[in-house]
Amino acid sequence: MTYDIAIIGGGIMGCSTALTVAAGGQRAIVLDQGDLGQGASGVNAGTLSLQIKRVKLMPYALKGHEIWERMGAAVGFARTGGYTLAFNAREAELLHDRQTLKAQAGAPIEFVSNNRLRAAEPALTQSVVAASFCAQDGFANAALTGQYFRARLRQAGVAFREGAAVTGIDKTGVFTLATPHGCVRAHRILLAAGAWLKPLAAMLDVDLPVTARVNTVSVTDRLPPLMGSVIGHATGLLTMKQKANGTVLIGGGWQGRGTPQDGRGAVDATTLRPNLALAQYAVPALGDARVLRSWTGFEAHVPDFYPLAGPLPGVEGAFVLGCVRGGYTIGPYIGALMGASVLGQEPEMPLFDPARHFEEETI
Amino acid sequence: MTGPVFDVAVIGAGPAGANAAIAAAAQGLRVALLDEQDYAGGQVWRAKSAAILEAPPTVEGRAGDVLRARLAASGVTHLAQARVWDIARRGGAQWQLHVLRAGRSDAIAARALILATGAREFVQPVPGWTLPGVIGLAGATALMKHEQMPPGQRTVVCGTGPLVFYVASEIRRLGGQVAAVVTPNRRADWLAALPQLMRRPALAARGAFWLSELALARVPVLWGHAVSQVTGSAQIDGVGVRALDADWAPQGKQRQITADSLCMGYGLAPQCEAAQMLGVPLRHDAALGGWLPEGTADGATAVDALYLCGDGSGVRGADAAAAQGTLTGLRAAADLGRAAPALQRGALGRFNRAARFGTAMTALSAPRGGLVQLTTDTSVVCRCEGVTRAAIEVELSCGAGSSNAVKSGLRAGMGPCGGKFCQAAIGGLIAAHRGVDESAIAPPTARPPLRPVPVSAAAGSFSYDDLPIPKPAPL
Repeated sequence: MTYDIAIIGGGIMGCSTALTVAAGGQRAIVLDQGDLGQGASGVNAGTLSLQIKRVKLMPYALKGHEIWERMGAAVGFARTGGYTLAFNAREAELLHDRQTLKAQAGAPIEFVSNNRLRAAEPALTQSVVAASFCAQDGFANAALTGQYFRARLRQAGVAFREGAAVTGIDKTGVFTLATPHGCVRAHRILLAAGAWLKPLAAMLDVDLPVTARVNTVSVTDRLPPLMGSVIGHATGLLTMKQKANGTVLIGGGWQGRGTPQDGRGAVDATTLRPNLALAQYAVPALGDARVLRSWTGFEAHVPDFYPLAGPLPGVEGAFVLGCVRGGYTIGPYIGALMGASVLGQEPEMPLFDPARHFEEETI
Repeated sequence: MTGPVFDVAVIGAGPAGANAAIAAAAQGLRVALLDEQDYAGGQVWRAKSAAILEAPPTVEGRAGDVLRARLAASGVTHLAQARVWDIARRGGAQWQLHVLRAGRSDAIAARALILATGAREFVQPVPGWTLPGVIGLAGATALMKHEQMPPGQRTVVCGTGPLVFYVASEIRRLGGQVAAVVTPNRRADWLAALPQLMRRPALAARGAFWLSELALARVPVLWGHAVSQVTGSAQIDGVGVRALDADWAPQGKQRQITADSLCMGYGLAPQCEAAQMLGVPLRHDAALGGWLPEGTADGATAVDALYLCGDGSGVRGADAAAAQGTLTGLRAAADLGRAAPALQRGALGRFNRAARFGTAMTALSAPRGGLVQLTTDTSVVCRCEGVTRAAIEVELSCGAGSSNAVKSGLRAGMGPCGGKFCQAAIGGLIAAHRGVDESAIAPPTARPPLRPVPVSAAAGSFSYDDLPIPKPAPL
């Protein structure tokens, strides 16, 4: 059989697009080289924070937050509110400048007094110079991404194949995708393979300027209550939240080693250590916690750090979606927009032309 | 961050690691030997606690004393009570080890790295196996060697291979009572192993002694049986046992044995996380304990300047581990320009002879497919996170098909043990659910820290202004 569309990459964006086009009556199949939701979608820190979203992506992030809230308990959604902290005058200025612009873009961000901060989060260090708060912020459990979308795809009758790395793409008439489990044929395709977009597009002789960041996340053992909100840092280089089971998840985008082409990334102790130091500086009692596991995930981006979302240049019937800064938050929404576009509808908000010049501010 | 630079670092001071360190040092190399315990010897040749002044000598104790004396005279830098929590190749030329000692983390650098991380035991979960009073079979040997005390007053000893008889014999020697020896093996399994046993008459004689001693004491030996349930509320008060068929699936009625303690284990499996994390390919070989990192007899791997030896590279027992340790230490030295071909040939011969016997014992100890049926729906499989078989089956029915997918969905293996207790059992459940061999279910991704590390130790002492905070993300 020939599918209406084959989606390569079973992360949040690929699966959300698949669900949208299936709801619109198309027959879709999702192919993933590993398990569903085990790439960036499943190994990021799960932070849903408007305070760390890009100003121009704020409308998308606000929509994303609505979808995450609807997904609810099945993805471990918790709206806790979030504080972003500055520990010196330079960071306070950065915090003020950035959060003011983000508030103007529609995020309900306010600056809070030290007393209010201390009443809400008594375990925080005394060294906070300035803080902002966003009641919209919270987190979900990224590890549940695969489980969640597996269930949603099954329910919607969307085919998916795991452990099905696409090793070749032929376009003579329809698209024929070679996988270890045989060929898959489809009239159209969507490349939604995150950090693996570049080698995938290369199979169609398209050079996408995609590179990957190697973000590090760590989790502690179960601790008594230490924090009730998402805690961030003015530079964005720390995110922390305590889950209902007492474990604390520590992220912030510190860079590990490795490239998607070489396989999995690896944690780099020389960046893990300052990441943990920053966490301990913010919440001194964390010093006694034990780190049980640290890992990395590849976050894809292009030079202007805006999404790729639209037709793949030069290949009729092929689309690309990825490289969304804040992609965990925005993913479900931009996936739905992409799905609408594939269905021939006018998306609710504009997509991001993959054929643009990346060196200029074009968006 | 910069610490001393050694020619060779060896992780694990059991028979394999200690001999590797001694062999490399004898070739004139600077060698660091890192181990979690107070004294060298590993689990098999574990020393008694320093608090016990004197105890009757044992075979294992003497072997350990000889090793510790050789180590003391070797010039090897032995770092005891040292936990390696991360390893990385730095600048392509050196290994950097992050080592937790006395609450601090320090870095140690070495040109070559030998992993001798040993084995851990496999326990098939049954209802009640997490009750106090239940310990592993190999765990019981560590307790008895270190503390010179039996695990309880009246103990059921359940497991495979020679270890079950050794533990029963040691319990009696230390004044405990053995309620029963329960082993899935049948006498026929042992008869089949007889030719290999006869190659090592001294070891065969020890086995014969354990058996006759148990017979004289009228300790019941239940061949072809396994513990199917542990009963008790706050503490074990007894076990249920069932007969097994040829594939070790439980058959017939359960019968009850009163006991205040249970030692249970079904063979050993290589601890391969460190090698896996460093990119050594894994393969599955049931005859060597399951999943293991690929290496040559003399320890070389696909990763440059990384070597493996001992049970961590395939379970072959202490004597093979000792010989392979020597072999691997010599290989690492040869690769660093200090070749000793005559010594290498001698060690290879000793390894091959010992490995034949050790592999036969591992095969005798290896769990068979039917054992998975002992794990009932209510049995806790991941004890850190309290995940039952029923929860895992639901996850599998919903389409999760890999160790990583089960871990993500249920946190099974995300607790303090990092999956070391449960990942083989979970792999077995996935295989059974999918109707494939265990060799088709790869273990989950290995990640640091290799041992839990306190945030304060990992962070080290720092001043906020010196933290290398990169420039912020684009606005």
